[in-house]
Amino acid sequence: MVNQQAESRIITDGLSYRYPEAERDAVSNVALHVRAGEFVCILGHNGSGKSTLAKLFNALYVPTEGTVWVCGMDTKDDDLVFDIRQHAGMVFQNPDNQIVATVVEEDVAFGLENNGVPPQEIRVRVDEALAAVGIKDKAKKAPHMLSGGQKQRVAIAGVMAMRPSVIILDESTAMLDPSGRQEVLSTVRRLNQEEGISIVLITHYMVEAAQADMIYVMDDGKIAMSGTPRQVFSKIDEVRALGLDVPPMTAMAQTLRSAGLAVRADVLTVDEMVEEVCRLQQKG
Amino acid sequence: MLGDITLGQYYPGNSPVHRMDPRSKLLLTIAYIVGVFLISNLPGYLLALGFLWIVVRVSGIRFSYLLRGLKPLRFILLFTFILNVLFSQGTTTLLSIAFFRLTREGLENAVYFSLRLVFLVMGTSVLTLTTSPVQLTDALEHLMHPLACFGFPAHELAMMMTIALRFIPTLLEEADKIQKAQMARGADFESGNLLARARAMIPLLVPLFVSSFRRANDLAMAMEARCYRGGEHRTRLRELRYTRLDLYALLCMVAFFVLIIAEGMLLG
Amino acid sequence: MPIAAEGVNYVYMAGSPYETKALDDVNLTIEDGEFVALIGHTGSGKSTLVQHLNGLLAPTSGRVLVDGQDLADKGTDRRAVRFHVGLVFQYPENQLFEETVEKDIAFGPKNLGLPQEEIGRRVREAMQKVALSYEELAQRSVFELSGGQMRRVAIAGVLAMEPKVLVLDEPCAGLDPRGREEILGLIRRLHEESGTTIVMVSHSMDDVANLAERVIVMEHGRIAMDGTPREIFSKGEALRAMGLDVPQAVELAEALRARGIPVPEGAYLPDEVAQAVLSAVGGGQQNAG
Repeated sequence: MVNQQAESRIITDGLSYRYPEAERDAVSNVALHVRAGEFVCILGHNGSGKSTLAKLFNALYVPTEGTVWVCGMDTKDDDLVFDIRQHAGMVFQNPDNQIVATVVEEDVAFGLENNGVPPQEIRVRVDEALAAVGIKDKAKKAPHMLSGGQKQRVAIAGVMAMRPSVIILDESTAMLDPSGRQEVLSTVRRLNQEEGISIVLITHYMVEAAQADMIYVMDDGKIAMSGTPRQVFSKIDEVRALGLDVPPMTAMAQTLRSAGLAVRADVLTVDEMVEEVCRLQQKG
Repeated sequence: MLGDITLGQYYPGNSPVHRMDPRSKLLLTIAYIVGVFLISNLPGYLLALGFLWIVVRVSGIRFSYLLRGLKPLRFILLFTFILNVLFSQGTTTLLSIAFFRLTREGLENAVYFSLRLVFLVMGTSVLTLTTSPVQLTDALEHLMHPLACFGFPAHELAMMMTIALRFIPTLLEEADKIQKAQMARGADFESGNLLARARAMIPLLVPLFVSSFRRANDLAMAMEARCYRGGEHRTRLRELRYTRLDLYALLCMVAFFVLIIAEGMLLG
Repeated sequence: MPIAAEGVNYVYMAGSPYETKALDDVNLTIEDGEFVALIGHTGSGKSTLVQHLNGLLAPTSGRVLVDGQDLADKGTDRRAVRFHVGLVFQYPENQLFEETVEKDIAFGPKNLGLPQEEIGRRVREAMQKVALSYEELAQRSVFELSGGQMRRVAIAGVLAMEPKVLVLDEPCAGLDPRGREEILGLIRRLHEESGTTIVMVSHSMDDVANLAERVIVMEHGRIAMDGTPREIFSKGEALRAMGLDVPQAVELAEALRARGIPVPEGAYLPDEVAQAVLSAVGGGQQNAG
C-alpha cells in the first residue's frame, strides 16, 4: 500500500457513506484509484451517489465505513483536514454559489488567505493562477459581470492557487452553455497535461467523458462499470440500462454494426468514425 | 440586466481621495461630521462648504452629482426645517399670526439644523463615492479589530458584509426572473388593494427564500472546501497601508478644525 | 393562434452606460402547430425574444401580434395573452412555491378565475401529460421531489393553463440523460398529440435535429437564419462562424464528403448518414460480415 500511495492521488477502500438518519448508504463499498496525472471521469444518473463520493474526496464528509487516502493522508484524521483540502481542490456545480468575494482576484486569494499565506506570496500565486486559467484580464472585475464559463474558471483559479495535486469537478459544466463547457473542459485538460494535475470530472456529458483516461460509472452508490472510455462505451446496452447515454458516434457505430458493417464497436469521435469508414471502403 | 446595479454609489476614479487609505477616509469623515456639528454661525458653515468643495474638486467628482444625491432627502430636510421653525424657543419675534410666532432664533436654528443635515449627507457621500464597498468593509474590519479582544465578532461581521455585497446582484437578478415566471402564469403584481398586493408577493418570496437557503448551503460547503476556518490566522491579499496622502489629509482636517474653532471664538 | 413580430427592436437600460441592443429588427411569424427551435450563442437575444412573445417585455419599437392583436394596444389584455402563450423559463423548478404539488399546478388556472372542478380537471390532466402520478404526488410538498420531478411539476403548472403555444427556454438544462429524454419525450408528445405549437430554445444541436421542424438562428439580436433543419444544418461553416456547433452526424457527413464518400447534401439525422455510409461502403461488407 505504501508504494501505491506514493504515486496515487486518491485511493478508496471499502468506502461507504450514509447520511445521518438515512436508511441506505449513499455510497456503498467503493474501491477506486486516481493515479498521479490521471484524468478520471465519474458518471451516473442523478442520485447515483457521484456527488457524495466527490465530497468524501475532500474531507467534507468522513466515511461511515472504509477509508479515503488523499496523497497518502487518511481523511478521518482531523489534524490533516486542511492539508487534504489543499491537495484535493473542489469545483462545484453552480458558478454563482461558490464565489465568495466581490472582486475576482480576491476570490482567487480566498483559500490562501484562509491558510495564512503571507500577502506577497498570495499576490504571486493569485497572478499565476489567473494566468493558468486564462482570465488575467478579469482580475479586477466583479464576479457577477462574468459569463458562466468565466465564473467556473475563477473557481478553478481559486483551487489552482492552492497548488493542488488533484482537482475534483462536481458537475461543474452542468449549468453552462456549450462554449462555457468547452472553456472549462479545455482549461482542465491543459492543467492535466501541462501541470500534471490529476482530474476527477463528474459529468452528465458523454462527449466530455470520452476524453478521460478512465471512467467509473456509479449506480445506487456502487461502482457498476469501470474501464477506459472505449471499454465502457462499447457496452452500449449496459450503459443505457444505467440511465446514461453513449457518445453519438458510438451509437452510430452500433447502428452500422447491426446492419452488418464491420466497424469497430468502440468508436468515440467523428474523426475515428471517418477513419473506420475509409478503411472499410478501401478494403471493399 | 439588474445585475448591472452596483450597491452604494461608488464612482470609480484614481484621484488622491480615491487612493487614500479607506480607514483614514472613514475616520476623517466622522471627524468632519463632528466638526460640522460644532459650528454655530454662518461663516463657519461657509468654511465647511469651502472645505467640502476642495475635497470634491480633488476627488474629480462633479459637485452637481453630489447635490443630486440630496434630492431624495428633500422631504426630510423640509420637515426638519419646519419643525425647528415651529418649536424653537426665541425672544426676537419676527412675525406673529395667531398661535404661530416666528422668532429670529427659531429661524436660525432651522437653517443651521438643515445645513448640518446637508453637510452630513454630502460628507458621507464623498466617502461612499470614492470608496468601493469592498474597501469600506476592509476598513471596518480593521478598525473594529481591536474590539475582537472583547469577543466582538469583527471578522464575522466583515465577512457577512462581503457576502451580502457579493450576493445582492445575484438575488436581484433571480427575483426579477421569478417575478416574470409567475407573471407568465398569470400572477398579478400590479393591481388590487394593499392586502391583495402583499399576498401576491408570496409566490415571489417563497422561491426566493428557498433559493437563498440553497445558495447559503452551497456557499458554506464551498468555503469549507477552500479551508475556511474563521478569522484566526487569516492573512489578506490586499493589505491596508497608510501613506503620505493620509498624513496630508489628516493635516488638512486639523487645519479645518483650527479654523472653525478660531472662527467660533472670534465671531461666536 | 399565430404570433408575429414586426420590426421588433429592444434596448436594455436605454440612456445608461450599459445600454445594449438586445433585439435588432426582428421579423418572424410562427404559425399554428409549428415546432420551432431557437438557437444562438448566449447573449444573442433568444431569451429576450421569447419574453416578447407573451408580452412580458414590450418592444422599444416595432410590434408583436398574437392572433392579430397588437400586444401594445390599450385594448389588449396582456394577462389573457399569457394564458394562451405559455412560457416555461429556464430552471422553472426555482419558481415553485405552494405547499403541495396540486396547489402549485393550480396557480395558473386559479389566476384564470376558473371554477373549482375545472381547476381540478386541469391539474389532473396536466400531471398526466408530464407523466406524474396524481394519486401518488398531488398532495406531496414540491420540495420533497427529485430535481427532474420538480421540473415536470413546473411544466405542468404552465400546461394547466392549456396554452395554444408553449414556449420553453432550455427545458433540459442541468438534467441527466434520462431526465433529458423524459422532458424531450413529453414535449414531442404535446406537439404530436395535442397539436400545441412549440417554440424551444436549446443549446443542444442533437435535440434540435431530432425534434424541430423549423430552426431560427439568432446572432447579435438579429435573426441570422430561418429554415428547416435540413437547410440550416447544411450550412455548417456559417453556424461554426457564429460559435455554434452542428450535430455530430452533420460533422461526420461533412468529413466523409471531404474524403470522397458520397453522403447526400442536407443529411443531418444519424440514421440518414448511417444509410449513406451503408450504401457507399456497405455492399460487399454486408455479405462478408
